[in-house]
Amino acid sequence: MKKKNKEKKPLSFAAREQIAGYAFLSPWIIGFLIFTLYPVLFSIAMSFCAVKITGTGIDLSWKGLEYYKQALTIDPWFNINLGEMVFFIACFTPVIIVLSLIIAVLLNNKFRGRSMFRAIYFLPVIIMSGPVISSLLTKKTFVFSDAIPGVYDFLNSLPDTLASPATYILDNLTLILWFSGIQILIFLAGLQKINPNLYEAASIDGAGTWEKFWKITLPHMKGLAIICTVYTIVDLTNYTESSVNKRITSFIFDGGGKIYSFSAAMSWVVFVCVMLILGIVCLTFFLFGREKKK
Amino acid sequence: MKVNKNIVKKQLLGSNEKMGLLPKIFLYGLLIAIGFVYLQPVIYMIVNSLLSPEELTDPTVGWVPRSIYFGNYIKAFDTLDFMKSFGNSLLMSVGPALLQTASAAFVGFGLARFRIKFKPFWFVMIVSTFLIPDQIIKIPRYVMYYSYGLVETMWSTYLPATFGQGLKSAIFILIFYQFFASYPKALDEAAQIDGCNKFQIFYKIALPTASPAIILSIVTSLVLYWNETSQASMFLGEKFATLPVQLGIFADRYSALYGDDKVLNELTRLNESVTLAGTLLSMLPVLVLYLIVQRKFIQSVEMTGIAGE
Repeated sequence: MKKKNKEKKPLSFAAREQIAGYAFLSPWIIGFLIFTLYPVLFSIAMSFCAVKITGTGIDLSWKGLEYYKQALTIDPWFNINLGEMVFFIACFTPVIIVLSLIIAVLLNNKFRGRSMFRAIYFLPVIIMSGPVISSLLTKKTFVFSDAIPGVYDFLNSLPDTLASPATYILDNLTLILWFSGIQILIFLAGLQKINPNLYEAASIDGAGTWEKFWKITLPHMKGLAIICTVYTIVDLTNYTESSVNKRITSFIFDGGGKIYSFSAAMSWVVFVCVMLILGIVCLTFFLFGREKKK
Repeated sequence: MKVNKNIVKKQLLGSNEKMGLLPKIFLYGLLIAIGFVYLQPVIYMIVNSLLSPEELTDPTVGWVPRSIYFGNYIKAFDTLDFMKSFGNSLLMSVGPALLQTASAAFVGFGLARFRIKFKPFWFVMIVSTFLIPDQIIKIPRYVMYYSYGLVETMWSTYLPATFGQGLKSAIFILIFYQFFASYPKALDEAAQIDGCNKFQIFYKIALPTASPAIILSIVTSLVLYWNETSQASMFLGEKFATLPVQLGIFADRYSALYGDDKVLNELTRLNESVTLAGTLLSMLPVLVLYLIVQRKFIQSVEMTGIAGE
């Protein structure tokens, strides 16, 4: 008997650790099951079924892929909106990442008025909300074609595959900058963590600012760049003013007999697209990382 | 002569210790240029919200208004039903922000300080909640809340926040995880020898050291909840319409209050200035909050290392 107890004791300590750990995790697990997992499964079910709200509850009757077919082949706008969203993400994300890294590096310098500039650059994080943006963007934002017309003439002379993303980016420069608040924050926090001794050692070895940026700053930012990219893509997907999200929302309540289901099907198509984009991005980062090691 | 040249060069291009004049001009120029593109809509908004209807239609009035006119703000104030919406906004952002921070800290502590099984699995799940877009969750949640009578009650926002499923909760959990993983285990052990249980360790030792993470989490969550409109307009309805939600239906509210376009003339119609005044009013409270906590906020960002290693 005594021996058994002795054997049990270390085990029970580990078990207690497990119990305590899971006790701390339990609110999240409960919330995850109720507020995330169940809605996700329910949403999948709804996208395959016709939904009818009756007095006692909700009736689902199996419809198969009908709503997906409707979204992809019959609905005149969804494909176009989806294409717009992919174009929007593909154009915005790289520009946001590069710009926010540049701004973070600029802000990381020591100069007078630094805190004021920081306050300005984080402003979008504070005031970003759907209605605010839409009311701001329909008004006069900074228009590049007015300021520097020459740039436009040059861009329009390029082949269309190059010209249309470039003009799109320039037209929406304010929006791009306004989407990069959090990313600047992340990069800035990362820059602060680089050991200053590294820069000092590099300067003693004769490296200039430019070389220091490429050889020290950039390699340190690689991990953060992945995080920022994922964040940006998710953030852009959730942008309430994008045409595809507006289309999805517009069908939630008056779907003409296909309440919820049609929206749910469209949401899942969007989700799959975004996951594909994320997959491609992560793969590219992965491949790039390997090449450098060789 | 040669020495002089070197001094000039040093002044212009800078040395290792001091930034030179040229890089400085370049830096400031770039920052101001980007800052201008950033702020231009906001400045435009402030200026135009102060224009009277006569001045707005007058093409000779450019960036500087001739007189300051506050009529737009009075109209926008009434259209937004400001005091009530402001109260709703406070209720729907302060509460959830505190609850979200508390739950994120709790869960983050659990992940950081205990050697639990399946930890990587839970990490993947937490990150996955961040990836799932809003639109997918929104509809089923609505149906769920509807069947339990939670629509148009504040529980529809408070409950997910309490259970770690609020807006972008995953980020805050990861921030707290990082923070709690970084202090020495010996502190916990010392407390345990002194008779603390795990929960006491959490709120007596871990939490007080985490104040940067707490500030960051509360401020960011508050702003997220303040600006959130798609879930708020769906779950809370008119009863709890927050300022941004009211702004989303500004034109409708205006015509309900002052009559539609047929009744109103050129001067009383809803114009750009009133909309802009409304926009400004709806973001004024968070703007003020930001200006107050700005310095602390940025410090906490640097101290928490928001992004992880």
